[in-house]
Amino acid sequence: MTDRAYRAAPTGALRIEPLGELTAIFDRRSMQTHLVVAPLPEMLAMMGEEACDAALLAKRLETAFDLGDTGDVRALVAERLAELADMGLVAAA
Amino acid sequence: MRYVSRIAVGPVQFRIGSDWREPVAALDRLYAAYPRDDARPADATVRLFAARPWRRWLRPSVHIGGDFVVPDALPLPLPMGLLAAEMAMNLQVALGWRRHLLLHASSVTKDGDALIMSGESGSGKSTLAALLGEGDWRLMGDEFTLIDPAGGDALAFPRAVSLKNQAIAEVAARVDAARLGPLLTGTPKGDIRHLIPRADAIAAMHEPARPALLLFPRFGGETAIEPMGEGEAFVRLTEASTNYVALGEAGFAALTRLVRETPAFGISYPDSATGIALVEQLWAEATT
Repeated sequence: MTDRAYRAAPTGALRIEPLGELTAIFDRRSMQTHLVVAPLPEMLAMMGEEACDAALLAKRLETAFDLGDTGDVRALVAERLAELADMGLVAAA
Repeated sequence: MRYVSRIAVGPVQFRIGSDWREPVAALDRLYAAYPRDDARPADATVRLFAARPWRRWLRPSVHIGGDFVVPDALPLPLPMGLLAAEMAMNLQVALGWRRHLLLHASSVTKDGDALIMSGESGSGKSTLAALLGEGDWRLMGDEFTLIDPAGGDALAFPRAVSLKNQAIAEVAARVDAARLGPLLTGTPKGDIRHLIPRADAIAAMHEPARPALLLFPRFGGETAIEPMGEGEAFVRLTEASTNYVALGEAGFAALTRLVRETPAFGISYPDSATGIALVEQLWAEATT
């Protein structure tokens, strides 16, 4: 899989509310509600403002959380980034 | 429109116009005890009309309309005009109301706290609310509950309760016959009979209540109580709301707050007595 770079939504575009195991995200631009589960909220929180690819984001997640033996984190993050892009919550940089 | 009436249910002022006298007369009887202010502008307009002028007399069938229409809604025969009126009123509120988050849910209140019950048709939410409303609860509504986006309070919409099929005999046995509307048989929803809410429910219909317990009842099967997480309650209530999308962020904020602040359970029950016992048990746990 190509390691595409993505950019997080601009500050203030998303309203993120954790609801137990689910996280509800309201996108003020599309007025759509998205319901996501870990690790998507954590990924959004760690993207920062600059463009970010799967390798960089995987590294940040591994530093912040004890991911244990979860296999190929970069590939998993790349897949989840593509999902976030499909929902319009991140954009290709 | 030849026959016109006005009805205020909770915060909604309806203007109802009809080509026939019967549905308006039936509504005026059901809503005789409700406060009436003909000078107040209408929030929702309901029209019951004949498709062609001669159909007022020849095999009369009632089309429903108003500010919002459902293009493929089938007309009902005139003897079911009251049901057509009720469906039209529900439709206008479901599609048009924007001041509150509208939940397809029944609710009752006690000591300023509200119990909200959401479920599909047949879940028993309406029957449970009607039965509780005959006891030491105040009925807030059997069909819709309104949530104030600013403060999070629940507001009542105590229209006449629509009793269906087995619930008719169950409730009719406990109330004065003067509080029951005509029996409508063979409607698309089976047999229907309306129950006029108790006088205290009508008198206090503008008093808000604080949501204290959310239940998702399921009639039939073994008795069961399942605690429900905030996320699942949120998903179910977005599905149970007719105006969640239209309200945008205000709806999102109101709903996230509601599920965070209110304990939620799914309940299954084989009969009304068991359902009421489960409600009272969970209520005692939630409010003490």
